[in-house]
Amino acid sequence: MYTLANTQEFGQELRTAVVETLEEMMEINHRIIALDADLGGASKWNMLEKNHPHQFINVGIAEANMIGVAAGLSMTDFIPFVHTFGSFATRRVLDQLFLSGAYAKNTINIFGSDPGFTVGYNGGTHTTWEDIALLRSIPEVVICDAADETQMSWIIKAFGEKEGINYVRGNRKSVKRIYRSDSTFELGKGNLLKRGTDYLIVAAGQLVSEGLEIAEFFWEKQLSVEVIDMFTIKPLDRELLLECLVGKKGVITIENHSITGGLGSAVAEVLAENGINIPLKRIGVNECFGQVGTPEFLQAEFGLTTEKMIEQITALFNIPF
Amino acid sequence: MNQQEYLELETFAAEIRIATIEAIRKVGSGHIGGALSIVELLAVLYGKQMNYDIKKTDWQNRDRLVLSKGHAGPAWYSALALSGFFDKSWLDTLNVGKTRLPSHPDCLKTPGVDATTGSLGQGTSIAAGIATGLKLQGKASYVYLIVGDGELNEGQCWEAFQYIAHFKLNHCIVMIDENKKQLDGLTMDILNPFDIAEKMRAFGFETIRVKGNSIEAIDKGIEYCKTVTDKAVCIVLDTVKGQGVRFFETLEDNHSVKFNQSEVQVATDEAIADLKKQVKEYR
Repeated sequence: MYTLANTQEFGQELRTAVVETLEEMMEINHRIIALDADLGGASKWNMLEKNHPHQFINVGIAEANMIGVAAGLSMTDFIPFVHTFGSFATRRVLDQLFLSGAYAKNTINIFGSDPGFTVGYNGGTHTTWEDIALLRSIPEVVICDAADETQMSWIIKAFGEKEGINYVRGNRKSVKRIYRSDSTFELGKGNLLKRGTDYLIVAAGQLVSEGLEIAEFFWEKQLSVEVIDMFTIKPLDRELLLECLVGKKGVITIENHSITGGLGSAVAEVLAENGINIPLKRIGVNECFGQVGTPEFLQAEFGLTTEKMIEQITALFNIPF
Repeated sequence: MNQQEYLELETFAAEIRIATIEAIRKVGSGHIGGALSIVELLAVLYGKQMNYDIKKTDWQNRDRLVLSKGHAGPAWYSALALSGFFDKSWLDTLNVGKTRLPSHPDCLKTPGVDATTGSLGQGTSIAAGIATGLKLQGKASYVYLIVGDGELNEGQCWEAFQYIAHFKLNHCIVMIDENKKQLDGLTMDILNPFDIAEKMRAFGFETIRVKGNSIEAIDKGIEYCKTVTDKAVCIVLDTVKGQGVRFFETLEDNHSVKFNQSEVQVATDEAIADLKKQVKEYR
């Protein structure tokens, strides 16, 4: 059960949440093993080596090999977690994830860090706005976009208890707190954070925070906006969506990802396949590559700040302000 | 190896070769060249070196084989069937819809197949991972990794070799089938591999090169690798694509062969008759 933190504060770094959760899991389960491709300093996974030297491997700058080694570890009854930047954790190793991983029914848990605009100074070469789209097309892969550190920590724990290819993306640094620290979730179930009757916002990842701000803005303008945190993009919680779509004047999806193949596409499929004729606005990036700059600059540059998204929404739905 | 063991393994190799050719011929086409070049190696592994239990294919202490050059699957299936992992009649179902013997190995479908491969290069990392897991568990089991020389074009092989060498995974015996040809021609013409053994040495492997059609040389090579305890080990097998059947050895385009011409059928009949005679003399 989850509870909103109702704060604008930033929480602890998501990478710290991940590493502390892994450490906790390693204490009680010796089958947990973590692999990083020479980004142990960036992920802080180097810390795992201190107390659990046999449960951490730095494979070097060799992501394809890391996925294969993880598959081999899965075949010898280990529960591997791997980390690298989201771009390398997906598009660089797609065939390894497909064949050595999913097709062979091995278990590989993946933390792809710094998706989309959170890439910051690593720039366009390291930006991933296609990771979700790529993985969605592989059968049985579970895909999550963590909204805050509480959710990230819960996702890592949940992955440790399930088989298969499980991917979570998230900022390494701090993001605004959405949930109280004692919150729990369910994989494949969206979280209805705010009820409303006019519009529905479906958001994922750290942009859930912006989704709530947008809803707040419209509430002050006497428009009732509902917000879902769809942290599991695959499998998608179609049931919750169908329930929430009833009577709405419009649906807005918000993601730090391409509008092709991600959350927006998944929601569009549900609308189309169920004959639901409600206007849809997919907010994300469209047909463009990333670039370098601070995360704040990039978020604004690609139209993903609260203010810029409000502009897009009001224009599309002819909301008079 | 005594004379009796030697004859037994030579005969086993002939039986694997017959079964491989017959399975591929039955379906009409297949990767005969690279399958035949590892027949002697498979005979030594399943006839002598490997520790396995046909009744308990998930036995945790078993030795594993990872056939990274997955297109040689039919030879592996023949060795497995003849070793008793499943009925020999399964070989007639190679590549037939819903078969348990697909062209490229699938560990979810075939008893005795330890890893799913087919996308070249990937088996090297899988073997490295299995060897890591077994080492962490304190098991003495071996992982035998068969890699093609054409497959060495794939960068992932070299990522995995660095890893195996760095972590001194001496229980992961890397065996490179140097049959000198790949799909489009000679390896040295497509992408020159230079001296593979020297490359492996430079990568940190204790490396030996043996005659890949010699049961004794392969066996000795593996025995030697098992004496090495402080570094990674590699055997480069000097083989011929289409090995053991003169017609396939000399056929220029022998990566994948179609059995739709009488010339091929006649040569195959002759080869099988010769191999069967060899088996009959011993059995």
